[in-house]
Parts: sequence; structure tokens; C-alpha cells
Amino acid sequence: METVWFCVVAVMVAAYFVLDGFDLGAGILHLAIARTPEERRTVLASIGPFWDGNEVWLLAGGGTLYFAFPALYAAGFSGFYLPLMVVLWLLILRGIAIEFRNHITNSVWQPLWDVVFCGASALLAIFFGAALGNVVRGVPLDASGYFFLPLWTNFAAGREAGVLDWYTILVGIAAFLILAEHGALWVAYKTEGAVETRAQSAAARLWWLVAVSFVVITIVSFQVQPHLGESFRERPWGYIFPIVALAGLGAMKFLAGLRGFLGSCAYIVGMLTSVVFGVYPYVLPSNTDPKLSLTVYNAAAPHYGLMVGLAWFIPGIVLAAGYFFYTYRSFAGKVRV
Amino acid sequence: MDALTVHRLHFAFTVTFHYLFPQLTMGLALLIVVLKTIALRTGDEQYNRAARFWAKIFAVNFAVGVVTGIPMEFQFGTNWARFSKAVGGVIGQTLAMEGVFSFFLESSFLGAFIYGEKRLGPKAHWAAAFLVFLGSWLSGFFILATNAWMQHPTGYLMAPDGEIVLSSFWGLLLNPWLLWQYLHNMIAAVVTASFVMAAIGAFYLLIRSHEPYGRIFVRTGVIAGAIACVLMLFPTGDGQGKNIAFEQPLTLAAMEGLFQTQSGAPLAILGQPDLDKQQLDNPLTIPRALSFLTYRRWTAEVKGLNEFPRELWPDNIPLLYYSYHIMVGLGTIFIAVMLAAVLQLWRGALYHSRPMLWVLLLALPFPYIATTAGWITAELGRQPWLVYGLVRTMDGTSAQVSAGNGLFTLIGFMGMYALLAILFLFLVGREIAHGPEA
Repeated sequence: METVWFCVVAVMVAAYFVLDGFDLGAGILHLAIARTPEERRTVLASIGPFWDGNEVWLLAGGGTLYFAFPALYAAGFSGFYLPLMVVLWLLILRGIAIEFRNHITNSVWQPLWDVVFCGASALLAIFFGAALGNVVRGVPLDASGYFFLPLWTNFAAGREAGVLDWYTILVGIAAFLILAEHGALWVAYKTEGAVETRAQSAAARLWWLVAVSFVVITIVSFQVQPHLGESFRERPWGYIFPIVALAGLGAMKFLAGLRGFLGSCAYIVGMLTSVVFGVYPYVLPSNTDPKLSLTVYNAAAPHYGLMVGLAWFIPGIVLAAGYFFYTYRSFAGKVRV
Repeated sequence: MDALTVHRLHFAFTVTFHYLFPQLTMGLALLIVVLKTIALRTGDEQYNRAARFWAKIFAVNFAVGVVTGIPMEFQFGTNWARFSKAVGGVIGQTLAMEGVFSFFLESSFLGAFIYGEKRLGPKAHWAAAFLVFLGSWLSGFFILATNAWMQHPTGYLMAPDGEIVLSSFWGLLLNPWLLWQYLHNMIAAVVTASFVMAAIGAFYLLIRSHEPYGRIFVRTGVIAGAIACVLMLFPTGDGQGKNIAFEQPLTLAAMEGLFQTQSGAPLAILGQPDLDKQQLDNPLTIPRALSFLTYRRWTAEVKGLNEFPRELWPDNIPLLYYSYHIMVGLGTIFIAVMLAAVLQLWRGALYHSRPMLWVLLLALPFPYIATTAGWITAELGRQPWLVYGLVRTMDGTSAQVSAGNGLFTLIGFMGMYALLAILFLFLVGREIAHGPEA
């Protein structure tokens, strides 16, 4: 039962990065691929009806994590206190940038919010990547099951590491690159004309950087967290996840339009599931004493709650998928402004 | 400041600011459905335009509600980690259900409602408005279920190791505390939205511009407001008062400033609680009224603070007392204002009665104050407990997050929310200046 909920939370996190990922990516590239006011409107219109719903996956995923793994929620959120607060401020700025921008049309108001939108999207991508890096590297959990990380210390990925060290920054950069690529493919799929052309060429150039980051991240992750290697050696069926990621990487390069975008979805899902598979049964490894790590078993809520949760979660998520299907279908096709 | 104070202020500040927005969202969602329904039934295009005008204000308000709501969920983990670890298995249920059942619904259909009127046609657009209303009221239900559990925990078991474990899902969702608290809170949201709508309408009538819409807004606002204001007092306020009287008698004594147990206890209208002398200074009271309101008997005994050990007293009795009295006092004034306005509407004099329109205009901020005071009453009244009788507030904070780190982010939120408030007022002010015909 704990493992079922572990998979549910993993799927929700993956859904969040695939869905909100493309609008974060559109934000990262916003200033580069859209130059005239009309082009800027086009990029925003390509994510307009979707971004808020996409962000709900973060909240729903967080809520699910809270109820299924309360000890992990408590330890993780209080331990990553400072970076999470920064994430909250960035989410606030980004949200109002998108929503308030179109209320006034002039050359002070709109460029201001465009810059906020772009900057907040870029920083969020880096912070989310760094957060993932922290989960892989492990944190200094103590015997009470808690920790507190400063934003940075000496930038070495050792026992005294802060939230940002060379490894987590590398993962942050990798996340920035893949979300930018993901956003470029989405914008190319949803738009026409100059914006589409620029998004396509951005995607083509970013692909090489994504490919390099794939190799680098794969190599260093196995060194920073030896447990990853053990997982793949013990359960070789797990190689399916990196294979999905590689297939996605290939599809991004060689396929265009919606299929190229689906390639980057597969890449993101493949990479996240590889990490999750590699870390399992840990949910938050300790980098001081492995025995103090939080696992799916010692962090989970008791059995009754998890059973009952399944009874409402399944119909609930089917409904949510229905709303998403409806929204994406009603706003299908290229945007016109 | 010690860490406990910082964490409490952190949550108090962010949740107080946040709730200024959802209360209008939830109330206005209902009023927009009312406007859309009238438009659909009568085919009167003015009602559609009126709905469109409020939809614009709704969208700005909703956006601020969303971005200030995300920090609320996060703070359970960031600032209240020991609380989350202890009871996350219980209240995590309702918080996760809010995400799954209401946020997906709201976010999906808000876009359709705001941008899709032409494409959807009148009936489907009405349905989108209704689903947004449903989503926002469901969201309120799950949050109130969470709060009701903290006020009056049900459906749980204490495991041998002291862990608090969910034992009955329906016990959690059908908490007897929840019914009145939910209705009282949601109708308060309708009160806020009614006063806002009536105030904007009164403004248009006073400046003699957009007058047809001014009349629609004033009429809808005062009729909905009069009904909602009465329902606030009875049965919902009365029911919520009984919840407190029977389940948290200590809280009732503190709210009422009743230091000594009395038969035929008086109801304090004015007065200042004096904790040193254990009395109410300068009291203005109605004899025996508290006994009657609580037990329907003029001579019933009401327990005073003296019956309870001092370490279980709410830690800020004066603020609790004042918040409660501000809420009740304003609620009483609202009933008088709305009934007077409805009377004038019925006599056909409201749209020309400048004094009454001025009253409606100037009343605008007060429902927000009353709602905030009501929530301060609920939250301070529960102290020193975070979960009544189970978890003390001081045992719920994140032990690793120091006062310094907490203060840093509290100041950050203050700056951020000051900016949000300015932008919100600026944008809504522009929409009001442009008017429904823009």
C-alpha cells in the first residue's frame, strides 16, 4: 500500500513537470522567441487557458504527499524552508505576471510583467531541479527525523552541503535546459509564423545542450548517490525508465510538431521515474547515516487512511483527467491572437 | 520574538491576507450564477453584461486568491512540521481532497467561464459559471472540514505510541462541528459579496453613471445581502455559538468576558476584559441574556473562566473578546442596514435615496473586517490548542526553523503582499472606473 501511494505521488510529480513544465519553459524563452507585442501575446495565449490548471498538479501532488507521507512532508518542507519560501515568492510573481499583464496595454506595464514572467519561470526551473538534486544526494536527517539546510555552504556535495552545491546546481541547470526545450517544442506546436520558427530553432539548438546534460547528470548522479546503482543492479527491469528517457530524447531530435513535444514529455517522465526508481525505497535519503533515511515505510501514514484515500482518489483523479481532456480539446490547435 | 510567536504571526498574517480574496470569490461566484440565471431566463442582455463586469473583477480577485493560497498549504510543512507529522494522516485527507476535487474543477472551468462565452453559447456558459461556483464552495468545504477537525477532532484514534491516526473517514467528513461552521462561513462570504456588489452599484448611482447597472447591482446586492445577513444570525450563528458553548465552554467564557460562573449570566455589549482584576471594566450588559441565548433559559448557569485551570485559558483573551464583539456588533449592524435598504427598495425609493446609497457605499470594508474578526475568534478561541485537546500550539512548530529564519520570510511575505494589495486595488479600481459598458 505504501508503494502504491509512492507511485501515485511519483505520477503526480511527473504530471506536474510535464504539464507545468511546458508553461515554465514558455516563460523561460518568452523574451527570446517573442519580440513584438503581438508575438508576446501569442506566446502567452499558447499557455493561457492551461497554466493555472497545470499548477494545480503541484498543489494536488503536495496534498497527496501530505496525507500519504506526513513525516516526509514535515521533514522535507521544514528542512528546505528557505528555498521553498523563495519558490513560493516566485510562484506568486509568476502568477500575477501572467494574470495581470493583459489588463493594461502599454509599453511600460506589459514589458515589466514579461520580464517578471521570464525571470520567475527561469528561477523556478532551476530551483525545482536543485530540489530534485537534493533528494538524490540526501540530506542530513537526524535521529528525530528532521534536518535544516542552509541555502549554501561550501558548494561541495558532501555532508555539510547546503541546498545549493555543485551537484544540485548542475541538476538545476539540467532542469532549466529540459524545461526550456519542452517549452520551445510546445510553443512551436501551438503557434505559427515568426514565433513558431524561432521556437523551432531554439528547440534544435537546446537539444544539444539537453543531450550533454543528460550524459553529465547520469554520470555524476550515480557517483553522488551510490544507492542508484544498487537499485538498477538489483532490479534490472528498471532500465525501462532510462530507455523511455532516451527514446524521448531521440524523438525530440527527429520528430516535429506534437510528436516532438510528446518526445520531451517522455524524456521528462523517463528521467523522473529513473530517479524515483533509483532512490526507492528511500523517499529522502540521509547523507550522514543511511539508517536515519526516510523510506516509503517509515514516512507513510497508517494503513486505514491509505486504503480510504484510494477510494476517493481514483474517482477524483479520473474526473480531473476528464476536465483536462475537455480543456485541452476545447483549446486545441494553433493559437490566434 | 521567540520562534513560536514568529511562526504564529507568519501563519496569521498570510492566512488573514489570503482570506480577504476567497471570501469574495465564493460569494461572488454565487451572485454571478444568479445574474447568469436571470439573463438566461429573461433573455435580458443587461444581466449578461452585469455578469461579464463581475467576471472581470472575479478574475483579478481569483488570481490573488490562488497565488496567496499556495503558501498556506506549504506552511503546514514549512512552519508547522511537528503538527503535520502528528496529524497529517488525518487532515492530509481533506487537504488532498481539496486539490483533487475542487482545484482541478475550478481551474479547468474558470478559463472556460472567463474566455469562452462566445464559443460556449449561453447554456454552456451558465454551466461553466455554475461549475466554478461549485468548485469554490467545495474548496471551502474541505478547508472548513480541516479546521472543524482542529476545533473538534472526530474520527481518530490515539495509537499506543501517541500517534494520531484516522479511524473513520466519515467521522472526519461528517464532523458535527462542521455543519454550522461551514454554513456560517459560506454565508459570510455571500454577505461580503453582497455588500461589495451593492457598494459598487451605489457608487454608480451616486455619480450618475452606468445607472441601469447600478440599479441591478444594488438590487441584487441588497436582496442577497438581507437574506444572508439574517441567516448569519440565525440559524448559523446560533448553531455555531452552541457548538462553542457545549464543546468549548472555556472558549465561550473567554469570548464573552465572563470571569465568574453565574446563573442568569449577562451578555456583555461593551466593556474591557481586565485580566488582573478578573473583571470586565466599564461593562454595558443585558441581564441574563447570555444564559438565555446559550441554554434558552433565563436562569441557566454559564461557566466562567474561574472554573478552568489558568494554563488552559486562551493566551490572548482581550483580543479574542474584542474580535468576537466586533464580529457580532458588525453583524447586527449589517442586518439593520440591509433590512432598511430592502424596505426602501420595496417602496421604490432606494435608487434615489442618496443617504442610503452613501451608507451602502461606505459599508464596503466592514464585511471584510467582520469575517476577519470571526476567524480571529475561532483561531484564538482554540488556543492554547492547535488541535483542541490533542496538540498544543507550542508543540506544533518546526523545531529546526529558527525565529530569525521565520522572521526573514515573514517580512518577505509582508513586502510581497503589500505589492499584491496595491496591484489588486489599482486593477479593480480601473475596472470599476471603466464600468460594465466598457
